Amino acid sequence: MNDTSTHSGFLVAEQVCKQFGSQVVLDHIDLSIDKGEAVVIIGQSGTGKSVLLKHFMRLIKPDSGRILIDGQDIADLSFDDLVPVRRRFGMLFQSAALFDSMAVGENVGLGLKEAGEMSRDEIHDAVIEKLEMVGLTDAIEKMPSELSGGMRKRVGLARAIAGNPEILLYDEPTTGLDPITADVINDLIVDLNEKLHVTSVAVTHDMTSAFKIADRIVMLYRGKVEFAGTPDEIRSCDNEVVQQFVSGQADGPIQVR
Amino acid sequence: MVRPIRSLGRQGITLVNAFGGMAILLAQFVYSLRKIHRSLPLIIEQFYQLGVRSLPLILVISIFVGAVSAWQAAYQFKFIGAPLRFLGQAVGKATVIELAPVLSALVYAGRVGAGITAELGTMKVTEQIDALESLGISPVRYLVMPRIVACLIMVPLLVTFANFVAIMGGLVVSVMGVNVSSETFLFGFRDSFKLTDFLAGLTKAGVFGLLIGLVGCYEGFRTTGGAEGVGMSTTTSVVTSSVLILVFNFVFAMILFRL
Ligand SMILES: Nc1ncnc2c1ncn2[C@@H]1O[C@H](COP(=O)(O)OP(=O)(O)O)[C@@H](O)[C@H]1O
Ligand SMILES: [Mg+2]
Repeated sequence: MNDTSTHSGFLVAEQVCKQFGSQVVLDHIDLSIDKGEAVVIIGQSGTGKSVLLKHFMRLIKPDSGRILIDGQDIADLSFDDLVPVRRRFGMLFQSAALFDSMAVGENVGLGLKEAGEMSRDEIHDAVIEKLEMVGLTDAIEKMPSELSGGMRKRVGLARAIAGNPEILLYDEPTTGLDPITADVINDLIVDLNEKLHVTSVAVTHDMTSAFKIADRIVMLYRGKVEFAGTPDEIRSCDNEVVQQFVSGQADGPIQVR
Repeated sequence: MVRPIRSLGRQGITLVNAFGGMAILLAQFVYSLRKIHRSLPLIIEQFYQLGVRSLPLILVISIFVGAVSAWQAAYQFKFIGAPLRFLGQAVGKATVIELAPVLSALVYAGRVGAGITAELGTMKVTEQIDALESLGISPVRYLVMPRIVACLIMVPLLVTFANFVAIMGGLVVSVMGVNVSSETFLFGFRDSFKLTDFLAGLTKAGVFGLLIGLVGCYEGFRTTGGAEGVGMSTTTSVVTSSVLILVFNFVFAMILFRL
């Protein structure tokens, strides 16, 4: 808010670099996302999509570069200063990441409970409301180990939206789900974007899902943004890397190592 | 010739990194104590998980620790011709100063230290730690602080319990196996008992508890690489805290029991 930035975006990654040991995962990434926009990040497994997504909530700290959220650089904030920033976000994790020592209802309500701003009844109502949105009110007492993969993702989604966030991050929301459940999740995401006017960033390699939810698709390749454009632009572009990925072919510039 | 040296150097660097990391975690733990009131239910839960549930194990090992120390003391006494009426003194001293704190701590590292690392390590590799942070919850306050506090308080309490049980174990062996009356044994124990020994044992127990909790949490948070990674960090956790317990114990001996 007080930071003088050259970008006007709501979520901005500026020259972000990240490496683990000697493995360079993000190599000077620049990405600017507008308020209310739905961006989908695509790319091969292991290219750093999850790593990039986690940077926006500073779950991973960049080696260099800036992460601007609504103009505020969060790259060097302390844990306590990050709390209000993180409360603006909700995140659905790749593995759903439900707390396996807690029942579904407690999972969804934990963030509200720990924030300490709502009464028990208010939290309970909020939990029911969110579980209704994902169609899982019956599972409120169940433990995560009793749920199927699709149900876990939906509980993860309910937990992500529990605090009515402005920004939603989805890490592979439909991977590993049957096509019907996947479509239910896609619809939920589209609904949230339209009704709640959230800004969203989704990581996926499910192109059906990507075309359905994206205003803009960004392709990561070898630590860099290879392409960024609308779904129509990506369908019609002649970048070979993009075309190979979108059409799902083994032959092409992308070699599976 | 060069390779083993290089490997040794690499292990040295890992060790220095690990101690640095543990020191940082310790500082974060201390800092998180300012919000201890918000974690009280979690701490009470850990008192139960890490303390109460360790009682049966401590009970069993302490009986046998007391029993074997009485037996071995009697055997040594016979060998050097010392009078058996000093059995209570020997068993009492050995138990209160060394055996109860050290052996309880080692067993506790195997049960509780391993459990903490496996649990936090699994949470780490399944992104549950990230999920906590994403909800604005500090993993140090929510996970680390309750566990270290529980270890810090529970290990001294368990050692007090272990002292009592081990003396009873020693008593049973001396009455039934060595033919020393319970009056003689208990008189010897009381005669040699010093409150400062007991307190020194408890101080050690507190430090061991802190080490076990700290190493357990540190190794859990460092875990990468799925189930295999969890197994590896659990092993590292138990080995590291066991070695540290014995090293610290020797340092304590030199400080507290000057020759
Ligand atoms: N905490 C970590 N420590 C070491 N390497 C990591 C870590 N997180 C991710 N990586 C590596 O970074 C690369 C990108 O990972 P990721 O972002 O999960 O890929 P994906 O695009 O499939 O989501 C992978 O090679 C992974 O092994
Ligand atoms: Mg990923």
